[in-house]
Amino acid sequence: MTDTFLLDGEAVPFAPGQTVVQAALAAGRYIPHLCYHPEFRPHGSCKVCTVKANGRNATGCTLPAQAGLEVESETEELRALRKTLVQMLFAEGNHFCPSCEQSGNCVLQALGYDLGVMTAGFRHFFPDRPVDASHPDILLDANRCILCELCMRASREVDGKDVFAFSGRGIDKRLIVNAPSGRLADTNAALGDKAMDVCPVGAIIRKRVGFAVPIGERRYDKSPISEQALADAPRPSEHNGGGA
Amino acid sequence: MPADPSILISEACERHGSSPEALLQVLREIQEVQHCISAEAAQQVAAALGQPLGRVLGVAGFYAFLSTTPAGRYRVLFSDNITDRMLGNMDLLAALCEKLWVERGRVSEDGLVSVDTTSCTGLCDQGPAILVNGWAIPNVTGDRLGLIAELILAKVPVENWPPELMAVQDNIRRRDILLNHGLAPGDALRSAMGRDCEPGSPVEAAANERSWREGIPSGALCAPMATLEEIKRSNLRGRGGAGFTTGLKWEACRNATGPDRYVVCNADEGEPGTFKDRVLLSRHADLVFEGMTVAAHAIGARKGFLYLRGEYRFLLAPLNAVLARRRSENLLGLSILGQAGFDFDIEIHLGAGAYVCGEESALIESLEGKRGIPRNRPPYPVTHGYLQRPTVVNNVETFCAAALIAKHGGDWYRGIGTEKSAGTKLLSVSGDCARPGIYEYPFGTPVCQILADCGAENTQAVQISGPSGVCIAADEFDRRIAFEDLPTAGAFTVFDHSRDMFEVARNYTHFFAHESCGFCTPCRVGTAMLRNTMDKIASGHGTPCDLREIERLDKVLQMSAHCGLGHTACNPTLDTVKRFRPAYERRLKSLEFEPAFDLDGALARARQMTGRDDAGAHLSTEVSE
Ligand code: SF4
Ligand code: SF4
Ligand code: FES
Repeated sequence: MTDTFLLDGEAVPFAPGQTVVQAALAAGRYIPHLCYHPEFRPHGSCKVCTVKANGRNATGCTLPAQAGLEVESETEELRALRKTLVQMLFAEGNHFCPSCEQSGNCVLQALGYDLGVMTAGFRHFFPDRPVDASHPDILLDANRCILCELCMRASREVDGKDVFAFSGRGIDKRLIVNAPSGRLADTNAALGDKAMDVCPVGAIIRKRVGFAVPIGERRYDKSPISEQALADAPRPSEHNGGGA
Repeated sequence: MPADPSILISEACERHGSSPEALLQVLREIQEVQHCISAEAAQQVAAALGQPLGRVLGVAGFYAFLSTTPAGRYRVLFSDNITDRMLGNMDLLAALCEKLWVERGRVSEDGLVSVDTTSCTGLCDQGPAILVNGWAIPNVTGDRLGLIAELILAKVPVENWPPELMAVQDNIRRRDILLNHGLAPGDALRSAMGRDCEPGSPVEAAANERSWREGIPSGALCAPMATLEEIKRSNLRGRGGAGFTTGLKWEACRNATGPDRYVVCNADEGEPGTFKDRVLLSRHADLVFEGMTVAAHAIGARKGFLYLRGEYRFLLAPLNAVLARRRSENLLGLSILGQAGFDFDIEIHLGAGAYVCGEESALIESLEGKRGIPRNRPPYPVTHGYLQRPTVVNNVETFCAAALIAKHGGDWYRGIGTEKSAGTKLLSVSGDCARPGIYEYPFGTPVCQILADCGAENTQAVQISGPSGVCIAADEFDRRIAFEDLPTAGAFTVFDHSRDMFEVARNYTHFFAHESCGFCTPCRVGTAMLRNTMDKIASGHGTPCDLREIERLDKVLQMSAHCGLGHTACNPTLDTVKRFRPAYERRLKSLEFEPAFDLDGALARARQMTGRDDAGAHLSTEVSE
């Protein structure tokens, strides 16, 4: 027997322990998300996956699926919210897409396209964030960090390393690395780490491979993120829903 | 202080049990002695507590009173609540900087002193206030600052400064059942322990099903359940603001499964304008601890924490003395009041400057030695709190009320106040009034009566419950303090007609931007945008467009912020726009759009470098007044 909840009026089955976003993806329904990644514990910080559940707003990636829950996601209001959140992230950091190696592979950029972000919308902060090029194989450009904590989760949960951490708070919150010198080269980070793989934007960049795939032929150049997220989503047959 | 800093650090780690939960306490002590968490110190702590260095640095970077670069040996922080502003704190700050030859926010060349601001220090009834190396000094005047500057220049340790500088008043102006409780230490606890339930009653059945400590001989089983029933019957609601029913919270915690349960007293009173917990802790500490012990008895906890905000550092020693006395009186410790198996003790954890830690799950994270980030919920603390164990978190005042109920019973308590708001409420009254201080009223008391009692004249507005509450204007002064009408955590800040309500709101937006934990996008970015927009309006560059932007930000924060801080950040602005629109309009340019960029401002650095500040060094900018 499988329980279901309603997503925009349609029944979505779920397994015990699944969150709303997990169950939706598994059922072939896309709820936009940014800090959620199927391989890691949900985090609930970007708020892009905000939905209305039984009349109350909640983050879909952390909200446990429950029988009878009525979830709204594709409404005018929630689309506008997500668009604004993406605009806020663009305004917070320094995102010069045309000069970024990640262009076309970037989740933030792809979400921007998908949600119809055509203008900045806000005054930009233009923060002064240093680039750390100390490591022979990896470049850290904090200007593009959106503080999603995916690298931290990957480093801790998969690599067992704790290479990354956050310091500061509020708008001064920033990515730091686990070294007295503060330089990536002085950590035990390695090119093969999961953490170097998960950054959804261009903050963690592998050196010397930037344009191996030319712009125009990259991931989100081919089809929108909403389609790709579904194509990648773990299906019930191969995955039991991940940890909540 | 031991000569060798590494000995100091290892001693601090050991004293706090060398567990990860000790991290914040250890860092705070290092900061207090060395005025900095140096890279070496951080590494040593990381090794001693078995934590990654990044986590240690992350915690050091989160709390306002910790610093990873050397702060001055004397760190002077001016409380910057709106009431401190109204009392002239900014001029005093400038004067002190001049006296000490330092620039605000910088450490003096010789490393001796730094001067800056901090969020409200909870001394609004005796402001302007400052903290020097964490020690509170109220009623700052030019003269007192002169003395302070001399003491700093003479390098006298703050501990040896004249006691009259540090004297903090309690200013209790109106007492009711709580402030007049008349209980001796142990009275409430004895009543709770002696309370019986009727044989054959549902209470007795429930008690036998699940005792507060499984395995207690029967007879002792009834009392905890009976007390819990009284708390439920009293209709007591949490005094921290949210107003959740205390009895239900305790019951849920009692019923949660798990090996250990905890009682946490939230004394992180950070809401600007609130200081009643400070007074309860300095005057009625026994009642607070007694309430916690009653809770421990009712839910079956062995361990409690008082989470004390860093600004109340000066209360640490007196509170520890009360705890020690209570231990010697067998009101804490093993077999409390002779009852075998009733073991409970309380430890004090000191915060280090983070308003968001007043949110109960962020407070628990902080207790665990982490950055104070509110958790995702569910699960809730009653089942997964401290160390993922069932935990009750209540406000200082709630525990005091619980002690009274344990003594006098639920019906007695419920008879006071209004239908949905039982009992009394302590208000921290400050701002434009003749008699600022603590007032205790039964719930249901109208604002106008409070204004009359505190000697407020010509009142324009009252901010109820601090910036996260509501701002009301004169036509609403017949509204009542109660959960049904104006719920409040305790702040009652009065503004007369001489005050500019735009500046009030602007101060509060700076507060929220400074205190956002930065976890979620809408709050991290939105509060900073809100602050910048209010500054843009203040500088005469605002337009109606900017007001619309604030409404847009509010929508985003309301819909998606992770916790109450973000949800309420726009309230002071929207409340004041609604009620005091002219305060905004006279600042706005009539244009639809105006860039925030200030041409003349861009030349400020050049003026500073050339030492020129005459009219010819300025581009003309008209500011509409
Ligand atoms: S570096 Fe990348 S993965 Fe890590 S927090 Fe920043 S944006 Fe997220
Ligand atoms: S709303 Fe603000 S304070 Fe609350 S979690 Fe989000 S960033 Fe932190
Ligand atoms: S994806 Fe859910 S909050 Fe980021």
